[in-house]
Amino acid sequence: MAANTAQAKTQFGYRRHPDQDRSGANVAEHPVVVVGAGPVGLSLAIDLAQRGQRVVLLDDADRIGEGSRAICFSKRSLEFWDRLGVGDRMVEKGVVWSVGKIFHGASQLYQFNLLPEEGHKRPAFINLQQFYAEAYLVDRVEQLPEIDLRWRNKVIALESRNDGVTLTIATPEGAYQVRASFVVACDGARSSLRQMVGADFAGQVFEDQFLIADVKMTAAFPTERWFWFDPPFHAGRSALLHRQPDDIWRIDLQLNPDADPVAEKQPENVRPRIERMLGHDKFEFEWISLYKFQCRRMARFIHGRVIFAGDSAHQVSPFGARGANSGLEDAENLSWKLDRVLRGLSPESLLESYHIERSAAADENIRESTRSTDFMAPVTRQEARLRQAVLSLAEDTEFGKRMVNGGRLSVPSIYDTPLSSSDRDDWRGGPRPGASMLDAPVTEQGGGTIYLTDVFIEQGTRFTLLEFGNGAAVDVPDGVGTIRIGGEGGLVDAQGLAGKRYDAEPGTAYLLRPDGYVAARFRNAARPALDAALARAAGVN
Amino acid sequence: MALSTSSNFAKPDDAFRAIVEAHRGLTEAQSADLDAALVLVLANHIGDLDVLREAIALAKRRMLDASQQQQQQQQ
Repeated sequence: MAANTAQAKTQFGYRRHPDQDRSGANVAEHPVVVVGAGPVGLSLAIDLAQRGQRVVLLDDADRIGEGSRAICFSKRSLEFWDRLGVGDRMVEKGVVWSVGKIFHGASQLYQFNLLPEEGHKRPAFINLQQFYAEAYLVDRVEQLPEIDLRWRNKVIALESRNDGVTLTIATPEGAYQVRASFVVACDGARSSLRQMVGADFAGQVFEDQFLIADVKMTAAFPTERWFWFDPPFHAGRSALLHRQPDDIWRIDLQLNPDADPVAEKQPENVRPRIERMLGHDKFEFEWISLYKFQCRRMARFIHGRVIFAGDSAHQVSPFGARGANSGLEDAENLSWKLDRVLRGLSPESLLESYHIERSAAADENIRESTRSTDFMAPVTRQEARLRQAVLSLAEDTEFGKRMVNGGRLSVPSIYDTPLSSSDRDDWRGGPRPGASMLDAPVTEQGGGTIYLTDVFIEQGTRFTLLEFGNGAAVDVPDGVGTIRIGGEGGLVDAQGLAGKRYDAEPGTAYLLRPDGYVAARFRNAARPALDAALARAAGVN
Repeated sequence: MALSTSSNFAKPDDAFRAIVEAHRGLTEAQSADLDAALVLVLANHIGDLDVLREAIALAKRRMLDASQQQQQQQQ
């Protein structure tokens, strides 16, 4: 059975490390220690390693967590994983989808397509059990000698200094210490490092409880996200159905606030609910979990030399796929900055932009997911009345359909950041500074089609100038990659999509950051303006 | 665009009457349902978040003034 194969691959052994024989003045020193080998910690470690950094990655367990947990991975996350060399495996195993349908009672209210246009390498979303994603990331880690992954290594104490951190780590053979210039805490919503630095985790807990069940069955439902308000099989509440690989289906059912969590989780109590939903009993349970939504974040993501990323820094309710995806965006945002600081190319203050950009993104994710949760579980009678009005207006008006909130799915944030240079020219479209680069197909001189996201990887995932040819190529500073579309020797915009998506004219140029975000753009890129934008984006001015 | 509080209907009594009549014969709960739908329909027609916020602020201020007056009368 496929699920068993997946489980078997997820057990890892503890191995003694020579660091454990060192103590006192002789404890080992490392540039970066990442704590937590979940999707965020693993991806961050790989990105840092690919940039040439040595990384120690600690995890307190010796296996990948059970249950599918996060299942929706966004286009943006897949583009990040492409850079890490694992995108193809994720997409091959995952279930590709872009269409969502919203039902009210027994009838469909409307449907939406999250990626209604062609010409992108990656789909809007794939669904993939988190344990597969983690297993593929671990496989990639094992190809990278720069990463030292230590299972059953649990951080039990942390001592901060101005120039680093001393960690005390418990293992099956006793505790040892290491020093690190930087520690990145990717140790999840119940982060013990967050407690060790004494930081709070403030926010809102929602009263309604949700039941998550992963069931195995063969079904003919299409590969779409189906969301019900007040379905016939679960009167008065909401429900979600989503497909995963291996004939596994994710079902979310909203329960009453006063439902007994222990009783509700018993398979014999869950089974009749699912039978009513599916209309048959030909399914088996893979995983059942019950939870309340929480929307919380740390006030600051950086505490001295300890940096928080993913669920340890922010937690959102799950309708919107904003948990794991925002954690992965944290990782890609942090890795290039940390790499530059460790190399002495940028001052440590560059890291502050990680806090600015990603805490604003966390606020946005919390705002969006709170609105979805409030819509699904109205608090007051009048709130319920307004929701009911929206649902009934949605039956015959377009504005009503668009107001129905069954989850707004994760898209990359646009950063309002000191690293961006403001537009000085006129633009009618295209990604503005602080926005993520857009994909488009272009044709190589040999005639093959290649996507811009892949050309960016070929250029080394570093500061890169994307220019639309206008005679001679722009003279770029050392260390900056170039992608040239049009002009002599450049890529050909055969379908015109690159030019359209970037609002390009001959001479248009976009300066991309190493995480693929736009730092600046020019109608005519002159060298002094480019140098200034580059310095600003690298935090060296 | 700012919220318009000048009189926009040629026959304001007709407009008021239309709303009142829509509520005739309804229970309080049904009236509240009707108002909820009506507010959403009209808000979308206006289609301007700033104007909507101004309208909400004006409506809330009237409510606040009314409750203060009530308190003063009771004292």
